[in-house]
Amino acid sequence: MAALEELEREYEKAKRDRKFQARLEELLRTYAGRPTPLFYARRLTQKLGGARIYLKREDLLHTGAHKINNCLGQGLLVERMGKHRVIAETGAGQHGVATATVCALLGFECVVYMGTEDMRRQELNVFRMRLLGAEVRGVESGSRTLKDAINEAMRDWVTNVRTTHYLLGSVLGAHPYPTMVRDFHRVIGQEARAQILEAEGKLPAAIIACVGGGSNSIGIFYDFLSDQKVRLIGVEAGGRGEALGEHAARFRGGSPGVLQGTFSYVLQDSGGQIALTHSISAGLDYPSIGPEHAALRDAGRAEYVSASDAEALEATTLLARTEGIIPALESAHAVAELVKRAPQIKKSEIVIANISGRGDKDIGIMRESLKID
Amino acid sequence: MPLTFYKKPGLVVYVTCGDPNLATTREIVLAAIAAGADVIELGVPFSDPVADGPVIQRASERALKQGTSLGQVLTLAAEVRQHAQSTGLIVFSYLNPILRMGMEKFCKVARAAGVDGALVIDLPVEEAGEYLRAMRAYDLAPVFLAAPTSPDERLKRIADASGGFVYAVSRTGVTGAGQQLAEDARKLVRRLRRFTKLPLALGFGISTAEQFAEASEFADAVVVGSAIVETVERNRGREAAAVGQFVRELTALSGQPSAIGTMREGSIPGF
Repeated sequence: MAALEELEREYEKAKRDRKFQARLEELLRTYAGRPTPLFYARRLTQKLGGARIYLKREDLLHTGAHKINNCLGQGLLVERMGKHRVIAETGAGQHGVATATVCALLGFECVVYMGTEDMRRQELNVFRMRLLGAEVRGVESGSRTLKDAINEAMRDWVTNVRTTHYLLGSVLGAHPYPTMVRDFHRVIGQEARAQILEAEGKLPAAIIACVGGGSNSIGIFYDFLSDQKVRLIGVEAGGRGEALGEHAARFRGGSPGVLQGTFSYVLQDSGGQIALTHSISAGLDYPSIGPEHAALRDAGRAEYVSASDAEALEATTLLARTEGIIPALESAHAVAELVKRAPQIKKSEIVIANISGRGDKDIGIMRESLKID
Repeated sequence: MPLTFYKKPGLVVYVTCGDPNLATTREIVLAAIAAGADVIELGVPFSDPVADGPVIQRASERALKQGTSLGQVLTLAAEVRQHAQSTGLIVFSYLNPILRMGMEKFCKVARAAGVDGALVIDLPVEEAGEYLRAMRAYDLAPVFLAAPTSPDERLKRIADASGGFVYAVSRTGVTGAGQQLAEDARKLVRRLRRFTKLPLALGFGISTAEQFAEASEFADAVVVGSAIVETVERNRGREAAAVGQFVRELTALSGQPSAIGTMREGSIPGF
């Protein structure tokens, strides 16, 4: 608790500190490559025959996904707090890579915990982290994926709390993480809102984003929350079936529970044991969901749907061949919903989909699953 | 039954219920009591034991494979209570299984089973409002963990909310045997003393008679968990006997009768 309270205090101070904000903005711009483009997908729009489609290109950010927005923000906080050791959990490896990147940039020791199943399916990212100077520790317990990596990171943190900062990668965990991580990703929606108004002179009818922990989605949704006519659509991992253990759709099969310091919707069995989950995309493969998403869903402000593994793979090929963009499998879930949703919306309206990351890390999986060669 | 420590230091024994199976857990618990345990923590296995080290993680996985549930642990508690009238029984669990059962239902069933209290390891005192109301309504003692990193205001808050005893964690970290009692431990107990008259039990990492004796110099009771669970793991087929022997060896250097440690005013430690 003491570490969480310290973090909250430092974060509140940093929020009001203009020098901190200026330095973060400068790093986001000169190092990470912000602002990211909002791209009008002309061929995809024609192909689907409905609303005009814009893609928010978080895949063009340094390290290949939105994760670095949060890592830079927390990295600067670590500096402020005078700590020198950073630990992180990672699912697909993008957050791990972004953390290792920021630790190399700012000169911190870095340890990343990753489930050994995830290490197998995201080898490229494991290598990148090590090349960047981070130690990657494989986690063998439980399902050997993201939630197990989080368990191990939390164990490290409680043991080494005086010297170490836990750089949590999504809008999960105990307060202040869900709020703080969302704040660091707000820039996505801030930019998108200004960009669409400049390009089209009006707001979109809908925004679609994939939801694992929920950081890229809350990041693009947040600045549109009070634009009541803009529908906010989150896409969860539908996996390969309906039964518990075959997917990671928390709002479809979950119920309120507590996991890893957060009270939210959790996929669990009747005894309160946390369920195993499945998704072809490691970054969506998690049994709980950011509590702010739970609140938005319960309030009816955002709606949550799911896309299956097969639909995500199809969407990957479609986007690659229609617009020359290979999305991460996570982001492909948003594209899968876009395919269903755009034709239902008038041609004069706009839909924005968040491409949260690029698909290089998934080439191995795509090769196994798609008949290309 | 009051949570009573009959000697100094008192002994709290933790077991992961259902490892290797519930019937054996019952035998282990009774053996520990016969060997001198004052309080038993009945550990409910959880899929994501974030506060536990590898020993209890492994035990939890084995117990879960048997299908061990919170409901079954409460049934086990009732069975133990039939054989042990004066031992303290605490349910030790993560929050989610209790939430799933329902806070009210959990307290009701626990009280009926003769359980004395509970320790919910991932429920911080700041979030415990509903829990404390339910526990008090059913006359159950809420045990909380106090960590060396907690500032004084938090220690006071923990002490004020606690019943039965306060569990002082000997070092930053997770459950598991350690090499020597950290200086953290002494300081923490000294600080906690200012805020409560409840017995202070020291835990995490205590596995040898020397550590046990050292802890008894400043704590009212000592909690032994991973060392017990590891004894169970290493003595397949003779778990109860091994635990009984381990407990006797652990307490061999200490254990004078004392007048400390009852939770309720006016209750008499019985011999």
